[in-house]
Amino acid sequence: MRWEEEGMKQNAFIMGNKLMGSSPHVFSLIMPSIPITHTQTPYVTGTSVLGIKYKDGVLIAADTAGSYGSTTRYKSVERLRPIGQNTLVGATGEMSDFQTILQILDRLIITNAMFDDDNTLGPPDIHSYLNRVMYNQRNKLDPFWNTLVLGGVKNGVKYLGNVTMLGLHYVDDHVATGFGIHLAQPIFRNEWNEDMTLEQGTKLLEKCMLVLFYRDRSAINKMQIANITEDGVKISEPYALQTKWDYEAFSNPTVGNEGSW
Amino acid sequence: MFRNQYDTDVTTWSPAGRLHQVEYAMEAVKQGSAAIGLRSKTHVVLATVNKASSELSAHQKKLFKIDNHIGIAMAGLTADGRVLSRYMRSECINHHFVFESPLPVGRLVVQVADKAQVCTQRSWKRPYGVGLLVAGLDETGPHLYQNCPSGNYSEYQAFAIGSRSQAAKTYLERKFETFMECTKEELIRHAVFAVKESLQEEELSSGNCGVAVVGIDEPFVVLDPKTLQSYIESLETGKEEQQTMEETGTDDRQSLQVQHEGTGSRGISVGAGDDSPTDMET
Repeated sequence: MRWEEEGMKQNAFIMGNKLMGSSPHVFSLIMPSIPITHTQTPYVTGTSVLGIKYKDGVLIAADTAGSYGSTTRYKSVERLRPIGQNTLVGATGEMSDFQTILQILDRLIITNAMFDDDNTLGPPDIHSYLNRVMYNQRNKLDPFWNTLVLGGVKNGVKYLGNVTMLGLHYVDDHVATGFGIHLAQPIFRNEWNEDMTLEQGTKLLEKCMLVLFYRDRSAINKMQIANITEDGVKISEPYALQTKWDYEAFSNPTVGNEGSW
Repeated sequence: MFRNQYDTDVTTWSPAGRLHQVEYAMEAVKQGSAAIGLRSKTHVVLATVNKASSELSAHQKKLFKIDNHIGIAMAGLTADGRVLSRYMRSECINHHFVFESPLPVGRLVVQVADKAQVCTQRSWKRPYGVGLLVAGLDETGPHLYQNCPSGNYSEYQAFAIGSRSQAAKTYLERKFETFMECTKEELIRHAVFAVKESLQEEELSSGNCGVAVVGIDEPFVVLDPKTLQSYIESLETGKEEQQTMEETGTDDRQSLQVQHEGTGSRGISVGAGDDSPTDMET
């Protein structure tokens, strides 16, 4: 794969300048053979991404946090990105892998545009392509450590789906990743319907993002919502939700159970 | 075309700025038996004149299905055409595997054209000696393209290539303005008639002619001989009436319509439920 070749060239360069600890390479003429290591754990991670279809298109939401383990290291990470004219991709998991995926998709879009005809890549095409990318990486035991949400509208057809780091992909009317699977999907199942307006859809997503902020330790109260319709992709500026912390139970949490927290 | 001293290599320019080898390759296309294509808003029809090398042999296969939504007709060195169709099938299936959607026919045509161009710029290669008429569908509807050995391609409303294609082209030029609004049956009839023009003296039968159709929501399919024969027969009956119409001076459009109403069970009806070929290829 071409994106690997570029990584290889960089590694060879580093090898020639004394190993810096990055993933070493097999055919080194200068240094002795060192075992190849692959992605075993993510470092800078993004948490849940939520997506729903609504009457006029697709809504996808995510916060802007990049956690470094248990610490919230980066607070302005854009985890929702437009691809081409009709599609948006949102990522959970290792942010550096997401950036590589964005480069790969960028290359795909540009190569496609260079044909200079009226054919454009729609959400289903990009979804399938992404799945191939993720699956092929997983087969090398070196996955892109991401779960991706892929949504868009083309020729009146609304499309929403997921791709996991194992190379599993599926479509649905509402999707979630990470903690969103456990906290948001049940709410979607109860409250989602096909003819939601933009306001209703936004409210539903904000409700779920609020639950996630309360309960997911890697979430922050700074989120973006993307709205994809036939007219294109619009991603909101980051904004915060109204939270409520003055519950009576919080004021005296250990009443009746002294010693606990 | 006459021999000259600049035609030995495909990589040698003549002083007049021509690549003679490429032009000779296009000659090979002109020597092959005719292939015809025409399209409407909903369908594309390909038709070929099939030559049998001897009375004992089966006729040559010149219509190839590339994918459900793309097919080709070839004229020239059919061996080269087979190789190109294998490449085209491979590209279509690869695209489908990666993107889970059909390869737009315009894309495929450009890829074939680029492949053909390579052969015009390598000293160890020779140009493909086959011209292709590519019929296919994409997002924007049905399309008909021609691929040349030179690496050029162009889109057509209707076209014919191969030997005696000029007769077919003349017929198509007369009628092409009506093609966009034609039904599938009308389009096929035009194609068969164009083949007949190319055959001139020879008797048209399902043995020496081949027809294929692709349309919106209709996969590419080569018509079986029985269906083809019934189209050919309907042409025979229609032709007599057409001649009388032309003699009385009505224009072509009207003559087609009048044939529906005026001539009872032997007229060229368009799907009007008599013995004309309405049940199509399966």
